Amino acid sequence: MFNIPKKDAITFVLFAIVVLTMPIWLTPFGASYPALLQKFAIYALLAVGYNLLFGLTGYLSFGHAAFLGVGSYAAVWSFKLLSMNPVLALSFAILFSGIFALAIGYISLRRSGIYFSILTLAFAQMSYKLAYSVLSPITHGETGLQLTLQDPRAIDLMFIERGSSLPTSNLFGISMSGYSGFYFTAIILLIGFFIAQKITSSPFGMMLKGIKSNENRMNYTGFNTKPYMLTVFVISGIYAGVAGGLLSITDPLAGAERMQWTASGELVLMTILGGVGTLIGPVIGAWLIKYFENIFSAWNESVLHGFFAFLPDGFEDIVVTISSKFVGEGWHLTLGLMFVLVVVFLPGGIMEGARRIGTMFKNNKDKKPKQTSDSEKQSSDSEKGEG
Amino acid sequence: MAKASENVVLHVADVHKTFGGLHALSDVDLSIEEAKTHAIIGPNGAGKSTLLNIIVGLLPPTRGAVVLDGEVLTGKKPHEINQMGVARVFQTPEIFIDLSVIDNVMVSAFAKRDGAFKLRFSKSLESEKEINQRAVKILTEFGLDDKMEEHAGSLSRGHKRRLELAMCLIQQPRILLLDEPTAGMSRHDTNTTIDLLKDIKATGMTIVIIEHDMHVVFSLADKVSVLAGGRIIAEGTPDEMRASTIVKKAYLGEAS
Repeated sequence: MFNIPKKDAITFVLFAIVVLTMPIWLTPFGASYPALLQKFAIYALLAVGYNLLFGLTGYLSFGHAAFLGVGSYAAVWSFKLLSMNPVLALSFAILFSGIFALAIGYISLRRSGIYFSILTLAFAQMSYKLAYSVLSPITHGETGLQLTLQDPRAIDLMFIERGSSLPTSNLFGISMSGYSGFYFTAIILLIGFFIAQKITSSPFGMMLKGIKSNENRMNYTGFNTKPYMLTVFVISGIYAGVAGGLLSITDPLAGAERMQWTASGELVLMTILGGVGTLIGPVIGAWLIKYFENIFSAWNESVLHGFFAFLPDGFEDIVVTISSKFVGEGWHLTLGLMFVLVVVFLPGGIMEGARRIGTMFKNNKDKKPKQTSDSEKQSSDSEKGEG
Repeated sequence: MAKASENVVLHVADVHKTFGGLHALSDVDLSIEEAKTHAIIGPNGAGKSTLLNIIVGLLPPTRGAVVLDGEVLTGKKPHEINQMGVARVFQTPEIFIDLSVIDNVMVSAFAKRDGAFKLRFSKSLESEKEINQRAVKILTEFGLDDKMEEHAGSLSRGHKRRLELAMCLIQQPRILLLDEPTAGMSRHDTNTTIDLLKDIKATGMTIVIIEHDMHVVFSLADKVSVLAGGRIIAEGTPDEMRASTIVKKAYLGEAS
């Protein structure tokens, strides 16, 4: 169960180090505060799970925000009704997002390609609208679902008295806000990453890649592809549900805006930006987008003046005026340009860029003697064949 | 089917297929015998591909049935039909171009075990190793052992065809269907493919081959059926077909 290829094991260890030391190495970037760190870990988990579906099978779902929302609501209801324990909340998030994904997947997977995408989009938008209207007894509509002092919290109140202030989620006394909250989300991210690695390298993962490559051939090779698709759809939906649950655990408030299609779109952006089908790529994409959204968007002209202070005065003003259009509220512009550049020049995302640089160094090292021998062999082969 | 003799593997029984008002196939009755190579020839639009599509379950016949070893295939899905032992090679090689050559063969080899869908995250390691060994063995036999880690998409057309054949044969099918296996190939590639198919035939494989190239047909076939206008107009040994005036007329389009 725990033996994975050596290369994967190295990747995992490096990834774990990077994730767990985030509070240190993000400090110079001004992003090392718990609320943002938690988001980094949560959205990375979401992207890793999304990539299992989109990256391995090529099925583009536009509805993962729905699972994120369901996970959030399930977790908050678990807090309200039973206990502030995050493990319990996550169990409910897994259960409900799983059931939800099973239902939506069962219907959406009757079609493939663009029709599948549209069906998932329709279901997600339906969930979003319903959360605002018909389902507001469950979702509390526009105000969002939040904790109140009168919540039953049946399990918790068996052991402790009802306090005078709102409780926070805690794992046997360890608060889920602040840095301990970050480490909780980080550990869940690492578990999710490990499972994703395991799935990718398993025969099951190989079949999924086969579906992406040539679903027709899969059928004629004797595979019933539908149950494979449904399984990975549910797994991927559960990842989103867990991410939603974690959002509620670190901040016990669930709103319907999490289910809007823009949230699903953002997830697609993250995956494509980082590199579809790679394990690390979506994580990098998620971090980049969340960094832009939270830090880059807060840059204003005075920050820029500080940054360009070394330039002559008049020139500095011009540079600041131009660059100010790309930061602050203009961060979408920068992100959009970056996305365009990546899609045009690096269709495999940032990971492809990294790979290209890697092979460039390799080629410089051993001046490709291998290639010549290959082509020699080929030509001698064809000569033999003709003779 | 009672009238099928013992050594008939695949029986296409009175198959009709109409598309709207068009009769693509009428009264097609074929018996494919064990360990024989049966060629189906005919001019363009004769219904050869339709027939193959009906056998593998892509199209339902309007009337009639396809029977493999006494079991009716008609109405089953393509993956079920493959599981029963029907493997197909396509006109343009259908392979997993994004996967490595060895993975292509391994996916195929997994089909028998996992095609009907079972999840086994653990315990699969031992048999995965066995499957890997089988895949390496068959690729060595097919002369692709030096390309195992390459992307299948980067192979030459002839090698893609070899790979597709390897993918079919690792499943040890009951019957192998070949849809113009040498279409678009150079004379040299065609000859290598014929040699390869002769080797496969020598193992006792039952083969159905659809082919335009008479050179291929006459080098391989034990029996030839001529399809024209959706009907089988002649059937016999390659030599008989070569001499037949009906066949010549059908091909040359002369009024009979």
